[in-house]
Formats: sequence, C-alpha cells, structure tokens
Amino acid sequence: MSYLVDILVSASFWAAVIRIASPLVLATMGELICERAGVLNLGIEGIMVIGAFTGWLAVYQGLPLWGGVGVAMAAGMLFGLLHATLTVPFGLSQHVVGLGVTLLATSTSSFAYRLALPEVTSPPKIVPFQPLDLPVLSDLPFLGEVLFTQTAFTWFAFAIAVLVSVILFRTPLGLAIRAAGENPSAVEAQGLSVSGLRMGAVIVGSGLMAMGGAFLTLSAFSSFFFEMVNGRGWICVALVVFGAWMPGKAVLGAILFAAFDALQIRLQQTPIGADLPYQVFLMAPYVLSILALILMSRRAEVPAALMTPYSKGER
Amino acid sequence: MTRADVQAGDYVLRLDGIAKRFGPLVANSGITLDLKRGEVVALLGENGAGKTTLMNILFGHYVADEGTVEVFGQPLPPGNPRAALAAGVGMVHQHFTLADNLSVLDNITLGTESLWSRGRGRRAARERIAALSRDFGLSVHPEARVGTLSVGERQRVEILKALYRDARILILDEPTAVLTPQETDALFETLRKAIAAGLSIIFISHKLHEVMAIADRCIVLRHGKVVGEVDTHATDRARLAALMVGSEVSLPKAEARRPGPVLMRLDRVSTPAKGTATGLRDVSIDLCAGQIVGLAGVSGNGQAALADLVSGLVRPDEGRVEIAGEELRSWTPRQALKHHIARIPEDRHKTGTISDFSLTENAVLEGYSHPPFSRRSWMDWHAAERFAKDIIAKYDVRCQGPSQQIRLLSGGNMQKLILGRVLEPSPRIILANQPVRGLDVGAIAYVQSRLIAARDAGAAVLLISEDLDDIQSLSDVIHVMSEGRLSPAFPRGTKTAAELGLWMAGQGFEGRTHAA
Repeated sequence: MSYLVDILVSASFWAAVIRIASPLVLATMGELICERAGVLNLGIEGIMVIGAFTGWLAVYQGLPLWGGVGVAMAAGMLFGLLHATLTVPFGLSQHVVGLGVTLLATSTSSFAYRLALPEVTSPPKIVPFQPLDLPVLSDLPFLGEVLFTQTAFTWFAFAIAVLVSVILFRTPLGLAIRAAGENPSAVEAQGLSVSGLRMGAVIVGSGLMAMGGAFLTLSAFSSFFFEMVNGRGWICVALVVFGAWMPGKAVLGAILFAAFDALQIRLQQTPIGADLPYQVFLMAPYVLSILALILMSRRAEVPAALMTPYSKGER
Repeated sequence: MTRADVQAGDYVLRLDGIAKRFGPLVANSGITLDLKRGEVVALLGENGAGKTTLMNILFGHYVADEGTVEVFGQPLPPGNPRAALAAGVGMVHQHFTLADNLSVLDNITLGTESLWSRGRGRRAARERIAALSRDFGLSVHPEARVGTLSVGERQRVEILKALYRDARILILDEPTAVLTPQETDALFETLRKAIAAGLSIIFISHKLHEVMAIADRCIVLRHGKVVGEVDTHATDRARLAALMVGSEVSLPKAEARRPGPVLMRLDRVSTPAKGTATGLRDVSIDLCAGQIVGLAGVSGNGQAALADLVSGLVRPDEGRVEIAGEELRSWTPRQALKHHIARIPEDRHKTGTISDFSLTENAVLEGYSHPPFSRRSWMDWHAAERFAKDIIAKYDVRCQGPSQQIRLLSGGNMQKLILGRVLEPSPRIILANQPVRGLDVGAIAYVQSRLIAARDAGAAVLLISEDLDDIQSLSDVIHVMSEGRLSPAFPRGTKTAAELGLWMAGQGFEGRTHAA
C-alpha cells in the first residue's frame, strides 16, 4: 500500500494526470456538444486520428504549432460536415454513419501519411508544445509542477471545457442546442432550424475532437504513428455518459480515467509490477472506468431525442 | 400596415384556396378562412378532416400545394414557422412541443433571443412570465422542470409561449382533449381574457358543447373541404354534428339490464404507489356479467393503478383478486389474456399499438402466440392478415390496407383496430380506459355502441373516463375514485353530476368505514 500512497502524493503523478486528461477533455467536449444536440457521433475515434495526423503534418511542413492545431480543427470539421450531412438532413443511422466516418478517417490518415512520407521508416519528429515557464507560479512547490508547468495546449483544453459549459447553460445558443437534443419539434415550433443547430453542433464538436487528437502529436508526443489514438475516442463517448451530459462532470471523469491510467504505469514499476502480468495493469483503467460508469450513469438524464433523426413536416 | 393600424372588423388572417396532398390522400382542398380581430372561430371536423393539416400550413410546418396565407394584410412566406411567429401567430399544438428536461422558463424563452447574444435575460424573462401568468390566469412556476408538470400545466406553458412572443392570433389544436372539466373551465377563462385583450383565436375541437360555449363562428371541414360556416348563436349541437359527419348522429343509450354473475372481484385491494402516481387504497369492486361499471374521477386519482391491476401489469400488495370465484395466485398480463380480459389502453399510441408495425402485426399483438396465428412457433401470416382484414371490414377501419403502418391512421381508426383486436375473441371482461378520448362524434358513437353490444353479449365492462357525460350515459353502476379510494357503487340515475362531482373532489370518503 505504501507504493500507492507514495505515488498519490507525488507532484509528477498529478502532472501526468492533467497531461493525460487534456486530449480526453477536448474530445469529450466535442462529443458532448454533438449529443446535447441529439446526434451520437461515433466518428470520434477516426476524427481524433485525422486531427493527430493533420496537426502533426502541418507542423512538420513548417506551420507554427497553433497553426497545426487550426489545421487539425479544420480537418475535423470537414469530417464533421460529412457526418452531419448524412445523419441530420438525410437522417441515416447515426451508428452506421459514425463507424463509417471512423473507418474512413482512420484509413484516409494512413493513406495520406504514406503519400506524404513514402520513404520514411521511423516516424519523424517535430518540436512539440513546451512546458510553460511562468514567473513565480511555475516555481511554486507541488502546484507549480502539477498546474503551471503544463503546456499551453493543456490550458487551452480546460479553457474550452469552461467555454462549452458557459455556452450550453448561459446563452440562448446553448439553450437552443440542448432543446434540439430534447425535443426538436419544440425547437421547430419556436421558429429555429433543427438541422442548422444539429449540423453546427456536430461540425464544431468534430473540430474539438480533432484538436483532442492533435494534442497527442503536438503536445504529448512529438511524432505521429497509427495506433496512437488507441481507443481514446471510445473512452470519450463513455465519459459523456459518465458525466451525465454535463461538461463539469465529464471533465472530472476524464481526470479520473487519466488518474487510473497514470497510476497503472507507475504501479508497473513497483515490486507489485514484477508479480502481476503487465496486461492486468493495462486493463485496470478500463475495468475501473466501467465500474465508475455503472455507478455514475444510473441517474443520468439522457437527452430525450438523442439518436432520433428529425424531419420537418413528417406525420 | 402595422398591427396597431388594424381596426376592429378588419381581417387579421385570411387563408385563401389552401390545398395539400400527402401522396394519394387529399388533406386540404380549396379551403378559405377569414378571422377578425377579437373573434373566436371554431374549426370543426371529424378526425382526418384536415383541421390539423390546415393549421400546420398556417404555422409553416407544412408547405401548401396551392393557396396563400395573409396575416394582417401581409402574405406569409410558406414553410417558415419563424415568419409565422414574427407575424404574431401562436400555436398550441395538440401534442405539446415542450422539452421535458428543460425548465418552464427555458421552454418559453427558447428562440426568443438572438442565438449570438452573449447572456440570457433570465430575470426580465421571469418578470414578464409572471406578469403574463397574472394577466391571463395561467399560474405555473417558471423554474419547474416541464417533465414534472401535469398535462393542464403543460398546456398553460404552451399558451404562455405564444403570449410571450406577443401572439395576436392564437391557434389551439384540440386543447381540451387532454384536460379535466375543471381545467377546461380555467382554459376558457384564459381565452376570454385573451379575447378581451384583442387577440383572435382559432379553436380546433370536436367537442360540440365547448365549441358552442366559446366560439363566435364555426367552420366545418369534411374530407379536406369546408362544408359549412355558421354563427354559433344561430345553430345548435345537433345541426353542427350533422354537418361534421354528413348525416345525423345520435349517441347510443344503454338500456338497463339485469346483471349476471360476478366475473371479477377485487376484495380490499391495495397496490403500491408508482412514483408520483397514486396506488389503490383498500378498493373493493365487483364486475358482473352484462354490466357496465363506470369509474369517474379526476385523472391521477388511482384510475391508472386500477387499470394496471386489471390488465395484469401490477400485483396487489394486499387483498384478494378473484376471477369467476377463484382467487388468483399469480398475476401477469399473460394471465389476464388467458382469463379473457380485453384491454383498451388509455394511450393508444404508446401502449395500445406499435406505431411502425403494420395493421396486421398490431392486430395479432395479443393473440400471436396461439393458433390460428401461430403453430409450433411459426407465425401464420396469412391467418393474421385474414384477421386484420376481418377487423378492417367489420369495424370500418379506414386505411389503405392491412400492410399499412398503423401510425398513419387517425386516432379513431386506430381505436377501431384495437377494439377489433380485443373484442373479436369474445372477451368476458373488458377494461375500457378512456376509450373515446380524442375521438370525434362519429367514432365516439361507434365505440360506445360496440361496448354496449359487448355488454349485451354478457361481458363485464369496466369503463374509465374523465368525462362524466360518458360515464352517466353508459354505466349501469358508477363508482368515483379519489386519491386511490373508491366510492360505493351508485346505480344508474341515483346521483346527479353535481353529487358525483363532490365525490370526485374527495368529499364523502371521510369516516367511511369499509362495509365488507
């Protein structure tokens, strides 16, 4: 048990938690916006891959880091547009379209990677976002290492979460998005466009997912490889449920999952790690997440019109 | 011309030559309608006559194939609810367009502020809603979640939505179909205040006495066409009814009969409360062969619990349930079917039918697991289709055929299919829960005559209704429910509506010891 306590009080552990949570926070916010508007976006996994790839490629080709983030967002929004067009005006099955978008985005990334870098065998590196060095704050004991030596991209991710929460609950636009996910005919009867709101939400949400993917190549690692998203998109879909479609709770969920993940890596290096097969540790965050999901999602209020296509004038 | 320029007597709304088809179905054809300031026009017609379609065209949910809409002298662009709202048209839909998980305030203000404005003027909105509530007698708590409100309260929110946007023309689509008599009175009070404030109202209904009470003028639709336009003070209910259905209709009267043996007996039964729904409290009731037992009461006073119990959805906590003298050991919906209990559910859309299934599939929902519809685990769809065709012919279900999806049928025709499904196997006990709610005069007469015929054939009928007129005209014996308790049995004609009303309000139950 003392290993556990040692890990939990170390600043480097909590710094890692925040770092691991950042891409999840961005992509979870993207998924949450989509689902609040009534569209389940299972394209998330592939859109994260496309974000990771295009963001990295843009920087590799000489764009500044934030330029890479912008390129990733634009690429994500393009796939979001595809998803939205098929699911909103055409009203196709959101499951099938989402999985299709994931497959398309993933394979497009790998195809484009081969086209762009035909000769390369080991993934080329870029110079990623560097830890901030703030006067005074970065030198604070504990908090300095946990919060104030993160990269600017991490701060950006958490700022986006605050922004999403404010927009959803404090602005007329947020009310309209939530209403589109609860009862589209109420939105229609109040003179708003259900299609416009839903398409906008899916496109913007997909942009956030792609930025979550770009975090992996531009901040967490410095190169792109194909398996790097590795199911994080699916975790984000679960985090939205875990957070009961509330941004704040979903962020807490992302931090919790990140903590499990950071913990298992460190536990592997303790003597316990020598006794147990390492797969057990890799499994642990997912098992714990499922348990947390079961506990948390009991009372969750699903948006009433989630996954229900809406077509105007139907009887 | 601005709204202020409109003088009394000017038309606020003109529909001219409206036509609309859905595939082969002509929903509206050549409809012309005018509405003056401060006027209440009733739009009457049977189910499927085209009333709702016409109003949906006016409000921009549908685009008319032909014809124009003018509001305050300005043509309204077709298919644009936003333009209709901006022109001062407010619609209270029959199936409310409210988001259950949002608050009353959110539902009302949705879409009234620019989407790109940074904050929300919640305080100003709350004050305005409070003022409107006061002026029009529409009390409702602005922070309450809509999902927790009663049907009457939800309707008030729908009306507030329209008033909040300064609607000058209010369209109410069957507003009283879901209301109790008391709520209807309150609604009419609100509407009179709205008229006094200069609004004009289109009132869609097929309850003739309500139309006579509130409307200045009636426009009658049949098969998508205007077939008559009359001033309400120059006509009467019988003439309106005849106009609606195209011939004279008289509601059936049940003649008194001697009851047969007890088929189902509840003896001091109590059931658990389900969430906010009242359970049964110490209820005893006898259902006899050849007798219609009417159950009156304000909705939410335990009628649902009694219906669930009889249909096998709920087991009693305490007390005995006997069928034909034998106490029941296990009690499930399947058992209820086995004991030949026919169930006409309260909500034909949610529990009575499966919307996307065909008429054939819906017709065998209860009997599918037995011959002739299935043998050795294989469905016999030919037998099922014959059965559906049989019902369609015998019960006059208007449809395209047995393979049509049932959601495309009007409420009355859906109800006829359910009647056929449950009555054809000659049930011994019939649970009729609000069997005529939302139906038009012709369909009501039909459903009621079928119930009387079933009674005369020896079935025990339990009729649950919020409409005292229905209860009194059909029932041999009347019970009143209040807060899960059951009044004594009142034989036909021994209590006036006013006396029953007192029981409905809960008087008479106090100090009543059970006479078992």
